[in-house]
Amino acid sequence: MDHFEVVGRSVIRKESPDKVSGRVKYLNDLSSPDMLHAALKTSTHAHARIASMDIKEAAASPGVRAVLTGKDFPQYLGLYLGDKTPLAINKVRYYGEPVAVVVADTKLAALRAAELIKVIYEPLPVVDSPSIALKEGAPILHEEMASYAHISAIMPEPGTNIANRTKIRKGDIKSGFEAADVVVADSFSFPPGDHVAMEPRAAITEILPNGQVIIHSTTQAPFVVRALMAEYFGIEPGKITVIAPPIGGGYGGKAGIQLEGLAYLLSKSVGGRKVKLVNTREQDLISSPGHIGFEAKVRLGATKEGVLTFAELSFLFDTGAYADYAVNISRAAAIACTGPYRIPNVSCDSLCVYTNHPFATAYRGFGHVELAFAIERSIDLLAEKLGMDAMELRLKNAVVAGDTTPTQSVLDHNTGNLPECIRRVGSLIEWDKGTVIKKEDGKIIAKGMGCLWKAPAMPTNSDGGAILTFNEDGSINLHCGAVEIGQGIKTGLAQLLAEKLQMSINQVHVVYDVNTTVAPHDWATAASRSLFMVGRAVLDAADDTIRQLCHTAAAVLRCPEEDLTVANGMIFVKDEPSISLKVREVALGYVYPDGTAVGGQVIGRGKYIARRLTSLDPLNGAGNPALEWTMGAQAIEVELDPRDCSYKITRAASVMDVGKVINPHIARGQVIGSIGMALSFAGKEGFLLNERGQVQNSDLRSYKILRYGEQPEYLIDFVETPQGDGPYGMRGLGEQGVIGIPGALANALSRAVGKPLNRLPLTPEEIWKSKEGKK
Amino acid sequence: MLKLEDIKTFTLNVNGEKKSVILGPTDVLLDVLRDKLGLTGGKPGCENGDCGACTVLLDGVPIKSCLMLAVEAVDHEITTIEGLSNTVVQDAFVNEAGFQCGYCTSGFILNTFALLKEQPEADDAVITEWLEANICRCTGYDDIKNAVKLAQNNLR
Repeated sequence: MDHFEVVGRSVIRKESPDKVSGRVKYLNDLSSPDMLHAALKTSTHAHARIASMDIKEAAASPGVRAVLTGKDFPQYLGLYLGDKTPLAINKVRYYGEPVAVVVADTKLAALRAAELIKVIYEPLPVVDSPSIALKEGAPILHEEMASYAHISAIMPEPGTNIANRTKIRKGDIKSGFEAADVVVADSFSFPPGDHVAMEPRAAITEILPNGQVIIHSTTQAPFVVRALMAEYFGIEPGKITVIAPPIGGGYGGKAGIQLEGLAYLLSKSVGGRKVKLVNTREQDLISSPGHIGFEAKVRLGATKEGVLTFAELSFLFDTGAYADYAVNISRAAAIACTGPYRIPNVSCDSLCVYTNHPFATAYRGFGHVELAFAIERSIDLLAEKLGMDAMELRLKNAVVAGDTTPTQSVLDHNTGNLPECIRRVGSLIEWDKGTVIKKEDGKIIAKGMGCLWKAPAMPTNSDGGAILTFNEDGSINLHCGAVEIGQGIKTGLAQLLAEKLQMSINQVHVVYDVNTTVAPHDWATAASRSLFMVGRAVLDAADDTIRQLCHTAAAVLRCPEEDLTVANGMIFVKDEPSISLKVREVALGYVYPDGTAVGGQVIGRGKYIARRLTSLDPLNGAGNPALEWTMGAQAIEVELDPRDCSYKITRAASVMDVGKVINPHIARGQVIGSIGMALSFAGKEGFLLNERGQVQNSDLRSYKILRYGEQPEYLIDFVETPQGDGPYGMRGLGEQGVIGIPGALANALSRAVGKPLNRLPLTPEEIWKSKEGKK
Repeated sequence: MLKLEDIKTFTLNVNGEKKSVILGPTDVLLDVLRDKLGLTGGKPGCENGDCGACTVLLDGVPIKSCLMLAVEAVDHEITTIEGLSNTVVQDAFVNEAGFQCGYCTSGFILNTFALLKEQPEADDAVITEWLEANICRCTGYDDIKNAVKLAQNNLR
């Protein structure tokens, strides 16, 4: 009998043939003649009162069915904090904010009419950084904050620009400071930016005469969309169907609620007709939410032996004009605020602050890539001051099982082996051969390191589900609510199922589109938790399937149910395999030779809900918010030309403890993709904002991202300390590869130029300015 | 009497088939391929010539179809991703996982296909010169590089 070793193999992605043939249908590939098209009119100011808006000419333009402005939709919406109307009313709070929308017969007619809308703005003073937003006398961007609905886990502070504040208090900062022989204190920052998923966001919505609302969306979180649409608009949840086709990159940018609310209102305005709303690239960059900006202050102390004694941290997250996911990003950053280091005394205030920048949402790493940049730079500064090797300092303070996190929860035996990750990454990047090497041609080779940890930041009741149905040949259809966003989730889940049922992966069929009316509930395809949580549900469904198959087979084979097992398409007696039935003979009901049928079809049901997660204490942050922690260490090697500070990233190394690797090629691809994205973010990206808060680089010609040929040589390895409750011992790994990289790159470049580089992006010009001491 | 001024019927030669389409003077090739011929393999990524997701071949040469008028493509041979089937390049992208979300993939494959036809012995510098025209946000380019190398070897 074949043994199906499916887990741990680099199975080719299920969708491969369709993706290389251009045959996968993304949302914007769907069109029909009955569809109307919408186009947005966006703000040209970052902060202004809307003095007047004239839509007459636009409304009279050919093919136009409706022109709508903020006043048509006075509802406040928001993921966790209801701070945003679908279109700005009276006031705009960021450059690119939608102020009006046209619905027309064609895209061209809609775009033409949008141009004809005349808006007169009265500019208001612009709040252009979170630290300025907190100054006394700063303009208050949300005067109505006290009236905003919000979930209990976040704490907005009306009368200020603070959308949320999370406090961590662990141990005693004063005694930690007294125990320190060496202290470093510095500031770190970067501007807001964007995910730049290659597929711009889009939504298609229609309302049927029976009240059914059908929303096609480029969403990572179709069930979040359903729940929030029901809540905002008072629609019965069962009357909402959200369909998520495979999406063209998300990275967190499609994890909240985006264009769906507006698209619904547009459909409602034209009698329920189907309306398609697609972002232009420029709108996707600035009108829809992007990557959060950040300002941090870090004080870090250690004994002269290099044992960390305290960390005093202030994180200001620049959420821009609206809060979206950012109120939870600042909270997630507080939970993990120290990075993966053993620090007995911790104080952290992590604030989510409104400014007049484009607003922010979830971004791969969810608060961790941000905090890690500040922490990893600080660790290097501390090492320098101590006269200690930076890798040695990391090894000395790396967390291990039994240590506590900043929220005072104990890292259990499932904790990954961070010291091993550090040692292996050190050997991959050849740390011992020197971290600064001057070449004969004058160029400088330098290395930098950064560590990471991350737990999913998600509601305590996050869940996943799976339903298995059979085909006539005994093959299985796997239904679940996880969205394929390029991470290979459908393939990974199929591998878990095939392994569990000891069957060929070719006999597992996956469904690309997620339909919330058909698929079992799933929190969201976010937080690197799908393979863990939906995976658990799939294994549960497989057990259920085995039980049902054995139940029916036991009657037919006249043997005890518990003596039967399933493998290789057969149901058989464990100790006498010749007594058997084929799975396909039983899966849709067994039929006796005389025609009598019994058992009925097998439908496997599986579920999983996060185990023993709690909320945080509002005063000191104590609690258990983390399902599992993925640990790792990363390192970068650069070659810098000191004459003009141009540099090439030559090597990038990463070792993460991810538990069992389910699909090595996909896992490696996720890590490398994360590294590429993080190098792009740290080296090139960020909005260029003028003094009026207007974004100067709102297209891909001026918003530069990593291109082919700029990538380094990637050196990837994994440590596989099993996660006890993870499917086959796996942990999440989709985001983590971004986290240590910005710090590692900044550490390498700081070493190369001999000056601290504490601001991103690290463009040659900025490095040169720091090196020469220019502003 | 009806007077027809601005739209006219043209024949486009797409993937070896002659297609009759009604075109206006401002119709963009990408939109015509997608909306009138249902060939949605080429994607709008930026509609500004920056990302390459809309790449098609015109007489074997990669062009950004978001920057070309459809009428300019009349009398030329247009190849979209739907025109390639089981090619060595596609197989290499499957085997090396030269994609993740897949949105940029048509462009990368068509660009690679044209490159390896034009310059089968292209070195790293030449490959970079061609492929830096396209943006991929998922892969960090490593698996794409491996796919191009594999295709190049298999074509030898």
